[in-house]
Amino acid sequence: MHPAPSVIIFTTLSGLGFGLLTFLGLGKPAVTGWVAFVFYALAFGFAVGGLLASTFHLGRPERAWRAFTQWKTSWLSREGICAVAALLIMGLFAFGAVFLDTHWWILGWIGAALSLATVFTTSMIYTQLKTIPRWNMPLTPVMFLTFSLTGGALLAGAEALAPWFLAIAGAVQLAYWAKGDQAFAASGTDIGTATGLGDRGSVRAFEPPHTGSNYLLREFVHEVGRKHVMKLRAIAITLGFALPLICLILPVEGFMAKHLLAGLAVLLHIAGVAASRWLFFAQAEHVVGLYYGKR
Amino acid sequence: MTQLPTHTDRKMGLVIDLDTCVGCHACVISCKGWNTENYGAPLSDQNAYGSDPSGTFLNRVHSYEVQPSPCSSQPDPAAQLVHFPKSCLHCEDAPCVTVCPTGASYKRVEDGIVLVNEDHCIGCGLCAWSCPYGARELDQAAGVMKKCTLCVDRIYNENLPEVDRVPSCVRTCPAGARHFGDLGDPDSDVSKLVAERGGMDLMPELGTKPVNKYLPPRPKDQIDDQIDVLAPLLTPVAEEPKGFLGWLDKALDKLPGHSEGGSN
Amino acid sequence: MTFQQPEVNTSPPVSEEIRQTTCYMCACRCGINVHMKTDEAGKKRVAYIEGNRDHPVNKGVLCAKGSAGIMQHNAPSRLRAPMKRVGPRGSGKFEEISWDEALDIAAGWLEPIRKDNPEKLAFFTGRDQSQSFTSFWAQNFGTCNYAAHGGFCSVNMATAGIYTMGGAFWEFGQPDWDHTKLFMLFGVAEDHDSNPIKMGIGKIKARGARVIGVNPIRSGYNAVADDWVGITPGTDGLFILALVHVLMKAGKIDLEYLAQFTNAPVLVNQDPDSPDYGLFLRDDHGAPLVINRATGKLAPFDMKGVRPDLGGAFQMGDITHVSVFQLMAQRYLSDEYAPEAVAERCGVPAKRIRAIAAELARVAFDEAFEIEREWTDFRGETHKTMKGRPVAMHSMRGVSAHANGFQTCRALHVLQILLGTVEAPGGFHFKPPYPKPVSAHPAPHCRVTPNKPLDGPHLGFVHGPEHLALKTDGSPARIDKAFTWENPMSSHGLMHMVISNAHAGDPYKIDTLFMYMANMSWNSSMNTRGVMEMLTDTDDNGDYVIPRIIYSDAYSSEMVAYADLILPDTTYLERHDCISLLDRPICEADGAADAIRWPVVEPDRDVRGFQTVLVQLANKMKLPGFTHEDGSAKWQDYADYIVNHERKPGIGPLAGFRGEDGSKVGRGEVNPKQLDQYIENGGFFVEHIPEEAQYFKPWNMAYQDWAVNLGLYDSPQPYLFQLYVEPLRKFQLAAEGHGERQPPEHLRERIKETMDPLPIWYETDQHGNEGYTVNALTQRPMAMYHSWGTQNAWLRQIHGRNPLYVPTKLMRENGLSDGDWARVTSPHGEITVPVMEMAALNDNTVWTWNAIGKRKGAWALEEDAPEATKGFLLNHLIHELLPPKGDGLRWANSDPITGQAAWFDLKVKIEKAAAPDDLAESQPAMPAQTSPVGTGPKDMAWKVGK
Repeated sequence: MHPAPSVIIFTTLSGLGFGLLTFLGLGKPAVTGWVAFVFYALAFGFAVGGLLASTFHLGRPERAWRAFTQWKTSWLSREGICAVAALLIMGLFAFGAVFLDTHWWILGWIGAALSLATVFTTSMIYTQLKTIPRWNMPLTPVMFLTFSLTGGALLAGAEALAPWFLAIAGAVQLAYWAKGDQAFAASGTDIGTATGLGDRGSVRAFEPPHTGSNYLLREFVHEVGRKHVMKLRAIAITLGFALPLICLILPVEGFMAKHLLAGLAVLLHIAGVAASRWLFFAQAEHVVGLYYGKR
Repeated sequence: MTQLPTHTDRKMGLVIDLDTCVGCHACVISCKGWNTENYGAPLSDQNAYGSDPSGTFLNRVHSYEVQPSPCSSQPDPAAQLVHFPKSCLHCEDAPCVTVCPTGASYKRVEDGIVLVNEDHCIGCGLCAWSCPYGARELDQAAGVMKKCTLCVDRIYNENLPEVDRVPSCVRTCPAGARHFGDLGDPDSDVSKLVAERGGMDLMPELGTKPVNKYLPPRPKDQIDDQIDVLAPLLTPVAEEPKGFLGWLDKALDKLPGHSEGGSN
Repeated sequence: MTFQQPEVNTSPPVSEEIRQTTCYMCACRCGINVHMKTDEAGKKRVAYIEGNRDHPVNKGVLCAKGSAGIMQHNAPSRLRAPMKRVGPRGSGKFEEISWDEALDIAAGWLEPIRKDNPEKLAFFTGRDQSQSFTSFWAQNFGTCNYAAHGGFCSVNMATAGIYTMGGAFWEFGQPDWDHTKLFMLFGVAEDHDSNPIKMGIGKIKARGARVIGVNPIRSGYNAVADDWVGITPGTDGLFILALVHVLMKAGKIDLEYLAQFTNAPVLVNQDPDSPDYGLFLRDDHGAPLVINRATGKLAPFDMKGVRPDLGGAFQMGDITHVSVFQLMAQRYLSDEYAPEAVAERCGVPAKRIRAIAAELARVAFDEAFEIEREWTDFRGETHKTMKGRPVAMHSMRGVSAHANGFQTCRALHVLQILLGTVEAPGGFHFKPPYPKPVSAHPAPHCRVTPNKPLDGPHLGFVHGPEHLALKTDGSPARIDKAFTWENPMSSHGLMHMVISNAHAGDPYKIDTLFMYMANMSWNSSMNTRGVMEMLTDTDDNGDYVIPRIIYSDAYSSEMVAYADLILPDTTYLERHDCISLLDRPICEADGAADAIRWPVVEPDRDVRGFQTVLVQLANKMKLPGFTHEDGSAKWQDYADYIVNHERKPGIGPLAGFRGEDGSKVGRGEVNPKQLDQYIENGGFFVEHIPEEAQYFKPWNMAYQDWAVNLGLYDSPQPYLFQLYVEPLRKFQLAAEGHGERQPPEHLRERIKETMDPLPIWYETDQHGNEGYTVNALTQRPMAMYHSWGTQNAWLRQIHGRNPLYVPTKLMRENGLSDGDWARVTSPHGEITVPVMEMAALNDNTVWTWNAIGKRKGAWALEEDAPEATKGFLLNHLIHELLPPKGDGLRWANSDPITGQAAWFDLKVKIEKAAAPDDLAESQPAMPAQTSPVGTGPKDMAWKVGK
């Protein structure tokens, strides 16, 4: 798949934003006033910014409101609804925390659940696609959720939880790659089933339908060199999980040093997740590539 | 409405004969012409006269080489070339419909045609992501998803003579490799053709249940195997030229009106 | 919740009006329905093009090119006004001028030529579909130097067919698709007659009939063939003669057919000392003689009741005569033609050759059938039924574009005839005005007289040395050396030699080169770079060696830049044309047909149809055929000519709607409303052949009478198929020293060797090919026609660049994989191009799509268009001359019999070249031309109706 910056930014930032909202909704930390304002601004900034970024890839963004109508069948529609609901509920909750110094915990818990649901529905947009075996696995939502919670924990300054989440998310990432690398072959779809000619002999794509390019090739066929992949994976796992973990467990003294390290951990983590997301898209082979002799 | 209808009255679709398609691209351009001028936004082209020209097409013809495995009767089989037109298969279980967040994508109850309501499409591209066949292309000028309409604006069009109420690709196909009809009716010509020729689905494992069927190429390059049966036909009438003239004389005598006389 | 869906208007209006005319996106000439709509500006425009269901050629279907006609008609590459050159030749720098000035310039150049020496004008047209008119113009101008593109296309096929059986493939005939059970298709380049062949293949495949393809490349029709023979290029003749060997040896030939309808029983002089050695024994009236089996005596072949004896022999004095058939038996039963002897050279296993022969025999004889239709032959004998032999053959350019192509095409016809399939139900059928014996065609004419028309038509069919176009000193009369000892039967001229000969002054210099629709500085020439140099070369005075060049084209092709004066043509939807029975017809086997084009839209530029410009030029110069005795012009434009010109009384360019009220067919007075009646009828006219006349047409009196009535002949012309072609033998006799006109010494041996009256196979001249072992071919894709397709925004997306297709074996041997670049060299040149693997390809053959590669600046493309950067021409590797032999002579790279350009004799070697990073473009890369029309728009969303 084409690793469009809009979807990479969207999934990375909104994952962080809703992760942080989840923690805030659960009262970790149960902040109020100006401190709360900063936390919520960060959370809403990531979540809304991500959502806005996602509209950049729309052909007709002015009609985006229509996307809320098909919740019965469409994960994209469900995501939209969950996101708006989460933002509204958490907005109210935040209002109480920032301006009234009050926590309406019921709202907070519902908001946290909706935030997680948003991340889940986002992941299901990808997971549901049988056309992309690397996404069409239970590990995909697990990865999205653990990443979101990890980011949330880091941003929320959940010192005790964050190292555990980092370790778990890193493990999920490794598992996702291991499993994902087998997924296309395991799907049973190949150029033989794509053309129906597989039982006649070995099938090879000859002339493409057009020598010129097209939407399908631009959107779905993205070839990444194996060396490049290994390099990026190393970067993603190191920046996203290993280094932040080290930052957190380094035995340093002093408020400033701790906070600086925590801030560094957040930045490293974001960079790592972005790299992971780039790979998530760039490495995802769509079965339509088979018709063009590509994977 | 992106729920799929529980059933459709008919299953209109195409049957594409891979044994006959010569790969001429007639269907590709006829489709481009009709659908540029008709249903919805025109099929646009980018860099039309420059480097890397690219445009929206609803039907494209691929080609594949098939290399059969050697066997005892054919130790060195020749590779085969198969031309392969591909457009929307109007699946019964069309994933492109259910993923649509706006309801722009839908499958018609009366004939099973999968369409995009371009006024509602936001151009998110998810339907194209969900389609295994590459049937949908996002038009770069209009920002909406384009796909084969099975020429829904031809097949019932009362402004066209009845004989022309078929998709434009079918009307134009010089080799007659494209057939149109109701694949839900077992007695229709297309259904019979599918039954006779072993019509097949593309990527059946994905469970999309395509309505369009492909007729596989007939077995090829079998003539060498025939020679044992046909060898008697080639028994020489004589080994020497003289003997040949003797045979000729007798053979000519057997022709009507040649019973008398002989060569000088 | 109930299911909801939007309302769709399923009956939108399709168009406001349909205008029916004839396609010109290739040479197929299908009928089209042009749908018109009014645009936002209130102007009627072309909205959609589809096939015309009533049209005899395409019956409603239309190919990719035809449907893309709307993009061609609106192409940004269209020339806008007449232009005169202001920069050096080749630069593309022009100034637009008025038509008055353009015609003044042209007439100013041409009139002095006509007065002094008309041969100083060389007028050659390319893919022109008005050759009967353009030749009429040239004849009236008085130059002998006229031809169209047939010589570099497929003259081998046309002449071999006409000399052998009075008709050939493509426009001349077609398989009997309704009855054929075995269809055998030969040759690369499956472009001609394309929709009818696709329709035919579809029809027989639906019936389960077998298709056998003989072609080094398994693309297109060969991809759907049930059996593929991936033959080595240039060996088709050998393969066919092996089939002949096996079939004759097994007696699987149609003796009755051969005895009745061919010259197989005709007696041939066998005395090597006789001046008639190898010629036919004839009676006092010139009729060839046979032995009548009924009496054992000599008889003319056409005598009523004669039973021609295939094994006949006759002693007259000291001279032995034997039948043609005996000569054939002597030759083809020889083991030289056994499958085992030819298998390796053809690259086809002997077993497969035998299997194909057996299948031919099985279908021709075991599946023979009869149609209950009585018919009477030319001898007056009535046949109760028509006997069908359901084997049909057809061929494409590939077999003919070799220097042995004439004999190969002859061999193919002989094979068809031996099986008794030509004109039999289920076999191959002629389309009117064919069959037409070679004797009914004119001989070539070349006598030039200042200020006078030429003494007759330029092109024709020679019957012996007496018809050669030689001056009194024996030198060639024509600039292209057509009809000379170098290529005596060059019935279509040699367009590929014109520029080369004119530049070399061999046989003489010319003054003005006038060309139409022929991209000679690019894909239509061998030796493209050399041609560019010849067109721009200057003499010691700094003058161009070819002093003046006038060119007409509708589009900004590569050739435009090399002309001094440009006469811009219209697009095919803006013009009048006639697709005439006098020209390259569009008939079907069961009917005579012709058609018109008419301006379904008026040009929005200052352009004129080329034929109208020729009329205007003729009127300006008062050319004889164009001028009444009182000096007034006969016609104002081409439409006027189409309606009012009569070749013979009652016979004009169009056969339909003749007579004052349009009720006459074929013959009839001029009808002033003829074009309107064509338009009303859908742009065409068809007259069906009566059932009893549909088969065995050369011998069927019902057909002969029908053809005379229609004006195809003036009297019945029954004839025998010429297995043995006597005119060929006459050239051999001359080479052996007989007769007054004698060939030059250096050509004697070649004439003796190649102009055999019975088909032979010989290896083409391999001198200079040492070390070059790989065959290299080109063909046009079905979705592109020559260079035209590139200016078409839709078609160029399908074929915007061309790789060199390389067989798997050569890919492996050279360490190549898809996308790599390879250096391809021939004895003449070198190119560096991208490669792509193809498994379904002869192991020793590479090929590419023709004319995809473009020069930067041409066709209104941007300079970084893939056609100009990745596309390439194989033409750079092919020379119009054979490598020098050290004798100082210029030996044409052509068939020694017909002069057909031997495009497919090319041999190359291939090696891996530098990685793509180091090499952004195919080589050789030519510098850009200035585009006289700029470049096209970036983006398009084409919709006329709103």
